Order: sequence, then C-alpha cells, then structure tokens
Amino acid sequence: MNPRLSRRELLRLFSIGAAGLTGAAVLARAPSEPGGQETAPPERPHDMPLGISAGRQHPTAMDPLTFLTHFDYGRMSQLADGRTLREYELMALDQEIEIVRGMKFPAWTFNGTVPGPTLRATEGDLVRVYFRNEASHTHSIHFHGVHPAHMDGVFEQIPPGGEYIYEFIAEPFGLFLYHCHTMPVTKHIMKGLYGALIIDPKKPREPAHEMIMIMNGFDPDFDEENEFYTVNGIANYYFEHPIKVKAGELVRVYLINMTEFDLINSFHLHANVFKLYRTGTRLDQYEITDTVMLCQGERCILEFRYKYPGKYIFHAHQNEFSERGWLGTFEVVP
Amino acid sequence: MNRVGQILLALLPLALLAGVIYFFLVQGPGPIGTAPVPIEQLDFERVVFRPDEVLVYVRNSGPNAVTIAHVIINGALWSFSMQPTETIPRLGRATVALSYPWVEGEPVTIELLTPNGFKFAHTVDIAVATPPFNWEALGAFALLGTYVGVIPVFLGFFWFPFLRRTGRHWMGFLLSLTAGLLLFLGVDALKEAFELAARVPEIFKGVGVIASALVLSFLALSVLGQKIVGSKLDPARARLSLSYLIAMGIGLHNLGEGLAIGAAYALGEIALGAFLVIGFTIHNTTEGFGIIAPLAKENIRVLRHLFALGLIAGAPTILGAWIGGFTYSDLFSMLFLAIGAGAIFQVVYEIFKLIAKDSQRTGKVVFGSLPNFAGLALGLLIMYITGLFVAG
Repeated sequence: MNPRLSRRELLRLFSIGAAGLTGAAVLARAPSEPGGQETAPPERPHDMPLGISAGRQHPTAMDPLTFLTHFDYGRMSQLADGRTLREYELMALDQEIEIVRGMKFPAWTFNGTVPGPTLRATEGDLVRVYFRNEASHTHSIHFHGVHPAHMDGVFEQIPPGGEYIYEFIAEPFGLFLYHCHTMPVTKHIMKGLYGALIIDPKKPREPAHEMIMIMNGFDPDFDEENEFYTVNGIANYYFEHPIKVKAGELVRVYLINMTEFDLINSFHLHANVFKLYRTGTRLDQYEITDTVMLCQGERCILEFRYKYPGKYIFHAHQNEFSERGWLGTFEVVP
Repeated sequence: MNRVGQILLALLPLALLAGVIYFFLVQGPGPIGTAPVPIEQLDFERVVFRPDEVLVYVRNSGPNAVTIAHVIINGALWSFSMQPTETIPRLGRATVALSYPWVEGEPVTIELLTPNGFKFAHTVDIAVATPPFNWEALGAFALLGTYVGVIPVFLGFFWFPFLRRTGRHWMGFLLSLTAGLLLFLGVDALKEAFELAARVPEIFKGVGVIASALVLSFLALSVLGQKIVGSKLDPARARLSLSYLIAMGIGLHNLGEGLAIGAAYALGEIALGAFLVIGFTIHNTTEGFGIIAPLAKENIRVLRHLFALGLIAGAPTILGAWIGGFTYSDLFSMLFLAIGAGAIFQVVYEIFKLIAKDSQRTGKVVFGSLPNFAGLALGLLIMYITGLFVAG
C-alpha cells in the first residue's frame, strides 16, 4: 500500500470516491447504537465511502479566508429512528504547507490542511467519521465530547494504510475539537493534526456571521519553541487580508487554542467587547469582556457587534505572539 | 617532447579526478543517499547599529545556497531588506537591513529563518551605536591604539637608565626575564587566536590556519634572524638586531590585538572602561622592557633607535584598531595573533641563544643557573599579575 500520495493520486482518489458514492453499500447499514469497527482493507485501496465532502479543501491550497467561514456539515441522511446521520471523511496526509510567506513546514494533516476541516453537527445527530491513514506514521482521531471508550482514539491506533470508523452521538452542544492522540502527542499536534468540531444546540443560536478561529503555533526548526503564531494556519494572514464584517451585524467566533509548547494563548478584540460563552455549552451564561485567555485545548464562543465602521485589529494579548504572526483585522463596513 | 610529456604526466591524476567527479555527478549519489533536507549554514560576521537601523553581515559557509525568508529581532517578526539578494550563494556574503528601534545598552538577538526551517541566531550583548567612518572615529581608534599599544612600549623604555646602571652579571637574569615575559605573551596570543578560531566559520579551518601561521612566521623570522644576527656582525649590532626582531614580533602581535580590540569595541562586545585601558597599559609596559633589555650593556648609541623600536612594536596596534573597528574580521585578527605568536616564540628562541652565548663566554650553564631560572619565573609572574588588570 502506498503510504504517500502525490497530489495527482489524491485528486484521482477523490474522483473515484465521488463516483462510488451513489452505490455505497456500506452506508446502508446504519447501526442504531454507535459502534465502530476496524474495517478490512477495501478492494480498491484508495476508495473511500464518501467523495469530496463539503469542507474538503484542495490539499495544498489553504485559503484562510475560505477556511474562516467554511463548515463541513457532512453527508446527511435520515436514520430509521428519525435521527440525522452525518458522515464525514478525514484522511491523515503528510503534506508540506506554507505557514507564512516563504516558509515551508513538513506538516501532518487531516485532509491536507492545518487546521483540518471544521466538522459541524447538531446535538443528538449520529456522527460517523471515516478515517483513513494515508500518512507515513501511525495516527488516530481523538474527539472531545461524550462517546464510548473505543471511539476515543487512544487505544485504537491506526497504522499507515489502516482505516477506522468513528461513530458517536453528538453531545452535548458546544465547541469541541478533534486531534490525533498518538504518542508522542506533542509531536502529532505540533505537526498539525487537529481541527474543530462544532455541535449546535437543537434550537439554533441566533443567526450570525459565523467564523472559526483556531489559534496555533509553528516550530519549523523543531527546537520545541514556536517561531510563528497564527490563526487558521498562516501567520499574519488576516492582518494582510482583513475580515470584512458589517456594522451592527452579529459576529460569532468559534475560538479554539491548539498551540503547543506555550501554555496559553489569548484573544483580544480592539475597540469592542464581546459576550464570552466558555466552551459554548451554555446559552444563558456569559461574561462580557474584551480579552480571553485559553489553555492548550480550551475553547470558547465569542459574540459581538461593531458599532462604528473602520479597521480594528484583534490579536493575542501575549504581544510576543502577535509580533510573530498572531494578528488580524476586522474591516467594518457600513 | 620530454617537457610536454612531463606536464601531461603531472596532469594525468587531475584528469582522472575530473573523470571520477563527472561520473559521480552523472550517476547521482545512489545508495549513499542525500540529506532529507538541504544542509544550511550561516555565520554572523558583524552587526552594525545605526539610529533606528540594524545591519547584519552574514556569510553562507554551508554547502548550498541559503535564502533568508524571515527575520525575528528580539522576539518580533520584522520586515527586512537584503543586499545584494535574499539568496546567498555558497561562501557568499549578504547584508540584512532592519529598520528597528533598538535600545542603546540593551541586548539585541537576531534570528534568521530559511524556507527549510533552519534558524540562525546571534546575540549582541550590549547594543551601541557603531562608529561611523569619519575623522572623529579614526581619531578615537588611534587614541585607543595609542593607549593600549604605543604608550606602554615607550613607558617600558624608561627602564633603560636603570638597566644601564645594572651590573653585567645581571644580564642573564634580565634576558631570562625578557624571555619569560615574551613566552607568556606568545601563549596568550595563541589563546586569543584559538578563541577567535571558534568563532571563525568552520569552512575557514581556523585551527589549521593558526598552526600554519605559527610555524611559518617562526621559520620566516628564523631565516631573517640568521641573515642578521647570525652573520658576522659585532655583538653590539647583533643585539640591536635582536631588539628589532623583538619589536617586530611584538608589533605583529599588537596588530592582531589591535584588530581584536578595535572590533570588540566597534561591536559593543567590550565596555572599554577606564579600568580596561589602564589594565592593557600596565600589561603592555612589559613589552617595552623586553625590547630594550638586550641592549642594556652594549656600548651603542641607543637613543635614536628607541623611537623606531617603539613605533615598530606599538604603532601596529593603531593600525589594527582601525582595521578591526571599521572592517571587522575574526579571521584576520586570528591570523595576525598567530603570526605574532610565531614571531614571539622565535624571538624567545633567539634570546635563549644569546644567553647561551653569554654563558659560554662566562663559563656558566644556561638553564641550570639560578639567576636565569629566577628571571624566567619572574617574567612569567609579572605577565600573570599584570594580566589580571586586563579583565575584559
């Protein structure tokens, strides 16, 4: 089995997967109780049950402006008991990425980007994630949230070429994440194997201009100290490409800290305050502030409106982080 | 034909070598393999501080061309420009210019990052404005060299009247004392040279250069000494020549020392406080004594030579300070210190020969004599103690 995929092979793989989608017999059996199984290697080694899913990016083309507002709702279908089944595909891939203009990083990725796609489901949905390890090292997926032990991605390690189906009921609602949980975990996270998992409440939140922001660091010289800090993978990207929002509109930021090596990261909004929903697991409890500090792996949801048009920056309030790439701009238009 | 044939024979191995290289390049490394990431090496040669500007001179001493993708200064990702280009060829040099509001007297750390994730860092412990190239700076460096190199040598000459009045039987002691002073100075110069060798890019093979310079300068001065001292000059002229040789050896050493001091001063690496200048002055006064000791008991008109001797020994410090201060190079400082050490060791050898000649004349042993031993020991001790004042 080929542990590495060239770009062309990957594209071919996706098209095969899409063609095979309609007759995907594997989808027919939908267990009423969540339960995953290690599958035998399929006949066509690169065939995945789903084709390109909603959040799939071209492996090398990380566009943080697209990533910002792109949510992978999965392939939806109705189960016999009336519940919604959402199916996603995640593939571990070795991928060289650009983390700041002119700097390459030999990353380990989910679906070719760091961070990986943002998975989104509604509380109570059955979530099924087809995982395939096309990378050169053993990996797994560990989801945060409530699920059975064998869905936790710790004791079931997937070797190169291996597959696993993760299945669980999305609960509780809030902002969660997923990441590889193979030892040494520090290495697997600093290399880029993580992404967001949003579980919406059954009664949706107020409509808003929603965006995902995953704070991280990069250590391209592997001295266990970050040289660059980013939101969504490319240093200074949102500073050079401001995020446009309308004055008065509700902005909702799903904020996750996936920084390695540094204990905490933070988010500071200029000229404004936001409602801070810690982990997003309660709708009625929030704090109003302009700066939030998150430990490694901690999450929160922020809501705010800009009153006045103009350009406002947001950044880590560890200024040494913001001076190494963790800096962005909201451009508020009337 | 014969000559052509001879030349062809000499070229034969070179032609075969070219063939092997061609074969290797065409075939590729094969099972030997190549590194998974290109090997990159950058050396910092100099950091210049101007108002709100930092200039970093770097040399690529690795096997491949190196590109600078980003620069981090004191922890912050900073915009920069590079001359001549952002890619430095093998053994090439480049200047990285940062418009950065550095703070006088505080450390500055510069990190250069390449697209392949290599990071090269350099810290200047105390940032000070680099003197611009003008008359004022030239004068300042000349004054520095004068204090450190010229004045001490001439101060040492004022022992001459004392030496004149000292009995001839003290000559062995005094010459041994001189040898002790110079021996210590030579070892000290070597130590400084080895320290610099550690900073010189590996590709320039600092230790090999030191060893070569040491041996060559020792032998070159031996040849020169043989021509002068060994010829049929009368003893007085021979001793005067020895003094000139000592002055030359010290001068070469002082050139290297001047280079190092000038550079360290320009780089802000030493705070040249009054105490350090005084320390150097005390330490180097022994050099003047060393130069004139062989002349003490000779019946020659010394006075007109003293000025020349002092300049030969001391003035190179000024020259070194200028060169070191404006075009800093560890390699040249190291080279001249090694040349100086070789010259000094050769002079020590000449002094021992002179003592031996004196001993033959008076029928005494050379090393077994207590005064000679005491002189040598005292010379080393004086250098050690005065060296304590030079706490850079």
